[in-house]
Amino acid sequence: MTTKLFGEPVRRREDLRLITGRGRYTDDIGHGALAAAFVRSPYAHARITDIDVDGALDVEGVVAVYTYEDLVGPMAEPLPVLIPHPQLTAPRTGYPLARDVVQHVGEAVVMVVATDRYVAEDVCDRIVVSYEELPVVVGVDAARAAAHAVHEDVPDNVAARHHQETGDVEAALAASAHTLSFTQYIERSACMPMEGKGVHAVWDHDDASLRVHTSTQASTSVRAAIAAKLQLSLEKVEVVAPDVGGGFGVKIVHPWPEELLVPMAAIALGQPVHWAEDRREHFISSAHEREQRQEITVGYDDEGRVTALDVRGWHDNGAYTPYGIIVPIVTATQLVGPYAIPVYRVRIDSVYTNTVIVTPYRGAGRPQGCYAMERTMDRIAQDLGLDRAEVRRRNLIGKDQFPYDHHLTFQDGRPVIYDSGDYEGLLDKLIALVGWDSMDARREEAASRGKQLGVGMAMYVEGTGPGPYEGGHVQVLGSGKVLVSTGLTSQGQGHETAFAQIVAHELGVPIEDVEVTTGDTRRFGYAVGTFASRAAVMSGNAIALAARGVRAKALRIAADVLEADVEDLEIDEGLVQVKGTPGASIPLRTVAVLSNPLRYAFDEAARQATQFAGPGDDSKPPVAVGDAPGLEHVDYYSPIRSTFASGAHAAVVEIDPTTWEIDVVDYAVVHDCGNIVNPMIVEGQVHGGVAQGVGGALYERMAYDGDGQLQNASFMDFLMPYASEVPDVVIDHQETPSPLNPLGLKGAGEAGVIPGTACIASAIEDAVGRRIAAMPISPTELYDLVRDPDAERVPTREGAPA
Amino acid sequence: MKPAPFGYADPTSLDEALTLLAEDGAKVLAGGQSLLPLLSMRLASPATLVDINRIPGLDSVAVSGAGVRVGALVRHADLLHHAEAARVQPLLARATANVAHPAIRNRGTTVGSIAHADPSGEMTSVLALTGGSVTVATPGGPQTVDWADFFVGPLETSVHGPAVVTEAFFPALPPRSGTAFEEVSRRKGDYAVCGAGVTVTLDEDSRVTAARAAYISVGLVPEVHDLTEAVAGRTVAEADWAAAGALARTLVDPDGDLHASADYRRLLVGVLTERTLARAAEEAASR
Repeated sequence: MTTKLFGEPVRRREDLRLITGRGRYTDDIGHGALAAAFVRSPYAHARITDIDVDGALDVEGVVAVYTYEDLVGPMAEPLPVLIPHPQLTAPRTGYPLARDVVQHVGEAVVMVVATDRYVAEDVCDRIVVSYEELPVVVGVDAARAAAHAVHEDVPDNVAARHHQETGDVEAALAASAHTLSFTQYIERSACMPMEGKGVHAVWDHDDASLRVHTSTQASTSVRAAIAAKLQLSLEKVEVVAPDVGGGFGVKIVHPWPEELLVPMAAIALGQPVHWAEDRREHFISSAHEREQRQEITVGYDDEGRVTALDVRGWHDNGAYTPYGIIVPIVTATQLVGPYAIPVYRVRIDSVYTNTVIVTPYRGAGRPQGCYAMERTMDRIAQDLGLDRAEVRRRNLIGKDQFPYDHHLTFQDGRPVIYDSGDYEGLLDKLIALVGWDSMDARREEAASRGKQLGVGMAMYVEGTGPGPYEGGHVQVLGSGKVLVSTGLTSQGQGHETAFAQIVAHELGVPIEDVEVTTGDTRRFGYAVGTFASRAAVMSGNAIALAARGVRAKALRIAADVLEADVEDLEIDEGLVQVKGTPGASIPLRTVAVLSNPLRYAFDEAARQATQFAGPGDDSKPPVAVGDAPGLEHVDYYSPIRSTFASGAHAAVVEIDPTTWEIDVVDYAVVHDCGNIVNPMIVEGQVHGGVAQGVGGALYERMAYDGDGQLQNASFMDFLMPYASEVPDVVIDHQETPSPLNPLGLKGAGEAGVIPGTACIASAIEDAVGRRIAAMPISPTELYDLVRDPDAERVPTREGAPA
Repeated sequence: MKPAPFGYADPTSLDEALTLLAEDGAKVLAGGQSLLPLLSMRLASPATLVDINRIPGLDSVAVSGAGVRVGALVRHADLLHHAEAARVQPLLARATANVAHPAIRNRGTTVGSIAHADPSGEMTSVLALTGGSVTVATPGGPQTVDWADFFVGPLETSVHGPAVVTEAFFPALPPRSGTAFEEVSRRKGDYAVCGAGVTVTLDEDSRVTAARAAYISVGLVPEVHDLTEAVAGRTVAEADWAAAGALARTLVDPDGDLHASADYRRLLVGVLTERTLARAAEEAASR
């Protein structure tokens, strides 16, 4: 019997390759290619008055130097606004190379191509760009104040005003027994994949075709963008995402200027060209996320049930809006989390600043929304002297209320209707897992060691797996190998393993026979991309449907050969057999051979399918009407709307009240992503997410000064947590299948990061008894807070009134 | 993040190295853990790197009753695991354990970090606290420079012209003395937000006769602060270490940066002084 594979902790088949240095990343491809490097703006806002390349042209090894003046046709136009939206009234994007004005430090101004990267950087050093500095806008509050404009023709700095409401919030607030209002901030961080971006382009002059390897989360769309911008026919462009060393969102943005400029140079020079982003470039010219100011007013009754919620937010979108307003929309719509909010209004202004662009980073606006909602729950509890868990419980959407319609419109333009969930189940499990009800004893024990202990919790609902679609192709070869491909890309999530599990399970073949390819437009041309925790939901289901198509075809052919009914056949361990009749069987690989009627016996397997090989039915054509040769099938999955995963986290922190160091001593996660393909992979995703959540709460920030200079653009000063800073994570699962897709899946990729900032803020507040209203927080800031006589005091015991 | 062009030489004698270093823009390469990142970021672009790793005789740790002599090619990891050196001067192992991460300790040299004169480096302050000195090879012959005359400013020493710091000498811990070393850093292995190394000496009646401290990431050059007056004449049990911490806070002049305000550093000076002095005194009492 085939081992049950769906739902099993199968070891990740990609790991041996990836952790022993045998991964093949963009930078491993094409040794000997010419190297590109960029002169980037040292100013946050300036007009380019002159570019003098004369001193650079005599460097030995320089091949070409490009400025905006060298761009022609669509390349000379602004980069695309990838996701337009009616409320994005003032979208702005840059050019592949800056034209006239630079809007942030790091914007590309000149591209140099040379014999290698060392020489290319020497050339960059010799290029003199003259600038006239312009006033700089940094931070949401400066953008709001609009004393200066980032874009001359957007004087209020507002790119978009996003607004949704589900009723008359002002009337509902007026009618509420209690209201409270507060303002809070959350800072910038960034994806920081181990591998930065990278592009390698080869132009085949004779074939007039282009092959591009790029470290992307969206190879099919990069392909379309390159074809459009470089005016090539789509079939003459191939784009491959090889092994990608992490994405976390930054590589869903496309086309990055370099993804267009490197191929442009390869075509112009007739030689392969290569660019690998270095860490400093990644800091100042990729993307960041998370900075928001949130003004929240909530109404609630005597029991702590929310009666109205009004959120006014300002979202820093950086210098440009290539990815539209997805992040603020996700904040606005996911903010309500697992709670039934009777009347909700959200207004978020997305504002320009002279800083690196803001596009989705794992969580993509959800950590900010969770921070707003969960800190609101904490405040209601403190105000009424109630247990924080109890206030949450009283506001949860009940198990019997699904599908639950929030009457909001999600990032995919579809309604926010929760498909399924059991939020009270999550809360019960979390309380047990972290020992919520025995914290007083732990506080006392910690106090005996001179430490202040606090606990916080946060719950979330995450819309995952949005459309429009993904596809899958499954093909059985005469060798017995099963080839699987899907267009979306992989960045280390374990897709090769999870998709192989699905196919092995659906088709009844050994997993060892299944080979998975992702993100290669040569294999699968239709895809959307890897983002929004959608790979398992979208491609997983598409591949399952494709495998079911192959299975149906295999059974049909085998039924003919075995002279049996399709209903009497089963496939197990790669063998099609008549149920209960040992010996009445045919290997799937033989079915694959027979599925492709042949004239020529090019090998032994092929011989079985040639025209004189066996008794054919000469009253029918060799390939049945409506059928196609080959044992393969392509299918697509397109969901009616997103599926909604959920979870609850709790953090226990210990604070040293002499040094104000913050130690996360326990971290508990209850996680519900519907049916689980591979629990080991899901837990790995949760662990990684929690690490980034801890980073965002306690360590990472983008330290821009008033001139728009990023002060910590290196791993020495940007404090991504080490393993030594990440707590051990305990996980409990709950499986509430999605009714929306064949496999009952919900996404799992981003969940781990979402509640980190909210629950750690809550825990620190609980430990020190001071209001935490700006995150992240470091020991030096906590020290400032606790000695500030004006800092707001909050109760540190459950049930103690404020 | 690729270095600008530079020349490279790997001499096999000190004389040869000094000749090479007489050229304009020549710089010594030992472990490379500070210098090479500066080159890659093009914050430094020396004309020539003079790699001293092939010069014989610079890689030994020599321990005597007087103290520990550490050659220019001794890696932090070597010193960390040198039991005899730790017995004579316990601060060496205690401080090197706080130098970055194992991969950096395996390459970086103790003498190189002293010659680099970074005030956030551990070993500069340990050299100061122990009253140590360095030996500098120059064309005119070897010179011994006391720590107090060596550090001039951040990343700046009194040594100019062609010269190689060939060894550092850390005097032995005096009798009836104890030491302690502790850092607060944002992440394990990072440069300290603040670090403290201390020595406490007792008399025959176990009363404090000396208490001294040097700090990491506090001030522009290593300084040794005498805290004896706060605890002099007290026994280990009755000494008011908090008073010594309070005194230390008044003596230091820290700067603020991205990771810590000056006030926070001053707080940590007090806390770490109190903690480390108490531990050092207990150790002194038990020796």
